[in-house]
Amino acid sequence: MYITNIETIPGKTIVEHFGLVQGSTVRAKHIGRDLMAGLKNLVGGELKGYTELLSESRDEALQRMIREAKSMGANAVVNVRFATSSVAQGAAELFAYGTAVRVE
Amino acid sequence: MLRVLAQNADLVIFLFLTGLGYTAGTIAERRHYSSISRREAELLRLPVVTFKNPYPVEALRGGVMVMGSVVISIDYFKRLLAILRNLFGGRVTSYETLVDRARREAILRMKDAARRKGCDIVVNLRLETSAIGQSANNRKSVGCVEVLAYGTAIALRRP
Repeated sequence: MYITNIETIPGKTIVEHFGLVQGSTVRAKHIGRDLMAGLKNLVGGELKGYTELLSESRDEALQRMIREAKSMGANAVVNVRFATSSVAQGAAELFAYGTAVRVE
Repeated sequence: MLRVLAQNADLVIFLFLTGLGYTAGTIAERRHYSSISRREAELLRLPVVTFKNPYPVEALRGGVMVMGSVVISIDYFKRLLAILRNLFGGRVTSYETLVDRARREAILRMKDAARRKGCDIVVNLRLETSAIGQSANNRKSVGCVEVLAYGTAIALRRP
């Protein structure tokens, strides 16, 4: 599966377009991590727990997008974009979308 | 002496947290900035651009999407400064450095991922910033920002 965020796959030619594919996930942070983050918040700096949590969730959103693309018969997704929004207090939605294509 | 301290317990705690935030936050920020500039110098040979692929098809060996993200929070003292700044308006310098650090760190992680994949340049960089603790100034919630940097890492054919 080729994934890029430009309109082409370098070194390949696009032979067929399948249209929009998307994947999203909504994640809440759990209490243990929140507590640690609260403590870390006093001194500032990177919140590793949150960084991990968000990158895991973003991977899952990407995987869902890829699964949708595969079910259409595509072997690549081009022009991928990400969006993040906090839907409720303490929960974030991570969203990935792109165009499914077949390349040779 | 002890009685005076006990009577003003919340003031003492407040001053302690402010002092802790100031010292630890300043040290952490300075250390982070020096690490950022060191790694930026190391990765100088791997450029990042925001336009789309400038190379002809024959020059390309392959490409893959890379990303890097980081969540950084502000310290207690700087949050206090920002809350005070809210009264008068103007530049909130304490938040400017926070977002600057987060952005440069995210770009560095993305570059690192590109280098590990053996690529030569990252094109079409996109940056996204989001505040995950609903309002960064709310005392109850965690004041932090997440920055995501993503782009397409391209490997070139060597002549």
